[in-house]
Amino acid sequence: MFVEILLSLLQGFGNTVLLFTLTLVFALPLGLILSFGSMSKFKPLTLLVKVFIWIIRGTPLMLQILLVSFLPKYVFASSTKIWASFFGVSVSTMLFLFVIIAFVINYACYFSEIFRAGIESIPKGQYEAGKVLGMTKSQIFFKVVLMQVIKRIIPPMSNEIITLVKDTVLAFTLSVVDLLTAAKELVNTFVTLMPLFYAGLFYLVFNGLLTLLFNWIEKKLSYYKV
Amino acid sequence: MAYLEIENFNKSFGDTVVLKGIDLTVERGEVISIIGSSGSGKTTLLRCINFLETPNSGKMVLDDQVLFDGNSDEKPSDNELRQKRLNFGLVFQSFNLFPQYNVFDNVTLAPSLLLKTKLKELKKELKLKSKTDKSINGKYIKEQLALYKSEKEAEIKTDAYSLLETVGLTDKVKSYPCELSGGQCQRVAIARALALKPKILCFDEPTSALDPELTGEVLKVIKSLKGEGRTMIIVTHEMGFAKHVSDKVIFMADGVVEEEGNPNNVFNHPKSEKLQAFLSNVSEKDEV
Repeated sequence: MFVEILLSLLQGFGNTVLLFTLTLVFALPLGLILSFGSMSKFKPLTLLVKVFIWIIRGTPLMLQILLVSFLPKYVFASSTKIWASFFGVSVSTMLFLFVIIAFVINYACYFSEIFRAGIESIPKGQYEAGKVLGMTKSQIFFKVVLMQVIKRIIPPMSNEIITLVKDTVLAFTLSVVDLLTAAKELVNTFVTLMPLFYAGLFYLVFNGLLTLLFNWIEKKLSYYKV
Repeated sequence: MAYLEIENFNKSFGDTVVLKGIDLTVERGEVISIIGSSGSGKTTLLRCINFLETPNSGKMVLDDQVLFDGNSDEKPSDNELRQKRLNFGLVFQSFNLFPQYNVFDNVTLAPSLLLKTKLKELKKELKLKSKTDKSINGKYIKEQLALYKSEKEAEIKTDAYSLLETVGLTDKVKSYPCELSGGQCQRVAIARALALKPKILCFDEPTSALDPELTGEVLKVIKSLKGEGRTMIIVTHEMGFAKHVSDKVIFMADGVVEEEGNPNNVFNHPKSEKLQAFLSNVSEKDEV
């Protein structure tokens, strides 16, 4: 029984880690792009991005997941099945994809605000120093500003990223079996609460490792002060 | 015609008029000090010269090349602006060193990035040539670029070391800005500005953010640069230093050049009332 429970939990954990990783990989760069939009000198773009961020941060993630999954039906009048066959994947993979899309959009908005705070906290003098040294705008951003931004935003970022680990639970909305959903099913099957404790342990260990990673990065970057 | 000629610079921010028709000439190898109370427009003038601000009108010519003309409607592209800025170096009051780079990398970063751009252009040029000239093939281009790169990189390195020697920081090459004193930081900033070989080096109150006992080392470096014959424009509150090091002193008040002349005339025989009041205020402060 124990092995069976462990295997099921590991399977659910696999989905959790996959969702977590893919969300980070796409939401971090998208968040950076959104933050540029929200700081743009072109006011209509700024307004558009700010309204978008307001909507995404102002509504539950679960609602957004549902919306993403329903959009193909209502906008294109085609079911998830048709979409799945169009992309050549199974229906459950298609649903997982919807979950990922919703997560990426949602987290990109939160990340973008962290990026914005980080970028705006860099003193004007750093940009001016880059300018008088003949650097291009992109050189100033990537060679001068970005490393300082990263150092400054690690604490809020680690907060958000640890929240993301726990938010993956919402994948069950589209019947994606994540760690907690797997545990819940096991509780019903085996009539024991142990799977829930195990699942909790999985989350704790995973977040513990993430915390260690962030501490290590912070230490790595402690050679300079910004 | 003078080396640098500025004619009728005007600059306002919203309703606040900061520069009201500034004229300024600088000869090659000359050291100019700009003095005046806060809000007189000294720093804004320096920022206009360095293209950090755009004057509303006026004209600037350096070495017979028109760098800015308020009458022309053409807006310089980002690239042109960068090229224009490279004529000048600017040392800031607050150093603005890059904290994540050590002293050596702070000095070499900008020249290395310029080299990168230059290499890209060179590659394009050679590729274009290779279309007509059969002797230029891919291998040749690669070799030429590698040769040029290693040559220039070595040059950047030696330049950086000799500049750090000039400012007396060869023992701090691997230190990070947060490990240095203010005076040391400012000396790195001077080396960094010089690494791009500017025609004119500008200082914006280079010692104002320093503890009094650290100003000396920075002023000494600036003095040694005068010895090398560099052209410099220095905005400063250090009257003694301005008197000592400058060939010409400019006194600014309320956005105009109130008085200018050699240090002896400006400091010992001030003509305008504003300059007399300013100098007596400064010396009173020294006495207190």
